[in-house]
Amino acid sequence: MAARTLTINGTLISARSNETVLEAAREAGISIPTLCHLDGLSEVGACRLCLVEIAGSAKLQPACHTTVTEGMEVQTDTPRLKAHRRAIVELLFAERNHICAVCVASGHCELQQLAVEVGMSHVRYEYLSPDCSVDISHARFGIDHNRCVLCTRCVRACDEVEGVHTWDIAGRGTNARLITDLNVPWGEATSCTSCGKCLLACPTGAIFSRGSTVAELERDASRIATIVAARNERW
Amino acid sequence: MKRHQYRADALIEVLHKAQELYGHLTEDRLLAIAHSLHLPPSRVYGVATFYHFFSLTPQGEHSCTVCLGTACYVKGAMELLATLETESGLRAGSTSADGKLSLLTARCLGACGIAPAVIVDGNVAGHADPEVMRARVRALLDED
Repeated sequence: MAARTLTINGTLISARSNETVLEAAREAGISIPTLCHLDGLSEVGACRLCLVEIAGSAKLQPACHTTVTEGMEVQTDTPRLKAHRRAIVELLFAERNHICAVCVASGHCELQQLAVEVGMSHVRYEYLSPDCSVDISHARFGIDHNRCVLCTRCVRACDEVEGVHTWDIAGRGTNARLITDLNVPWGEATSCTSCGKCLLACPTGAIFSRGSTVAELERDASRIATIVAARNERW
Repeated sequence: MKRHQYRADALIEVLHKAQELYGHLTEDRLLAIAHSLHLPPSRVYGVATFYHFFSLTPQGEHSCTVCLGTACYVKGAMELLATLETESGLRAGSTSADGKLSLLTARCLGACGIAPAVIVDGNVAGHADPEVMRARVRALLDED
């Protein structure tokens, strides 16, 4: 594999030619915030949190989707990017009803961590306060649409790792909702194998295991990557 | 579906045809399409609800589609829509209880030159005047 040298935030680093800017940065110990990215799953570039500045391009590029090139000059932490990231996180909070105080994932929530990371002290946008339902028809798991950020990590985990594709997104814009099968309650979705990969993949408390209460839900999303790696390398 | 050789990527074409044949898409039909094309039901449902063109509820005998594209919007499409909503007692995107009329909206019909544009039963009416449209909608609702 050919090597590429590039600079990220002024530091010279080398990366393999098929790596993305995000992978290269993480290997070099430079953190770029992400939400829809999950190791082991395909990239969708939907959350735009990993946007970086690349010298010579006026447009911001998603680090998860941009392959490294020779001599690339990347900036990951400029005031412009910080402002954008904070705005994105605020918009995510404004879109649904995220109330950490009563959330199963509080303290173990990627959205909550992001808010801390980007220094979100308050939300400057009007809350949409949509009417979202909670579905606990499944015997083991539940989904609270109030906490869903539509990152599609569960959709991809279900499709790519479990190979079932029980989940998908219906509707568009603010009406977009996560659905199982033909928009049936989760418990009635016949394709679901109850494997729990969606639970592992979910960054917030949207998908939770039944019986867990406030701040009790701890998951290890990296297990998805472990499963994928184990399959690929045939341990 | 046979014409498209049951290819999964022909989903949108198949949904188009199903809507054309039956007027709207029912869950049974979506499920049948999913099985035939070997697609997950959730994907089919997702696509069918993403595009405004596809409808999961029966459409009225007559339809009235108000364009809310930029040009029409500037030319007062919102007032026009509000007038028609009041007149028909319907909310945009719904069908009257007697199944007579569906009041719909669209994002740009590509007829910006005659803004505001309205489609009544497949015929495009340009430079739509709220009062004229109100009378047309009333006529459709009263017709038997």
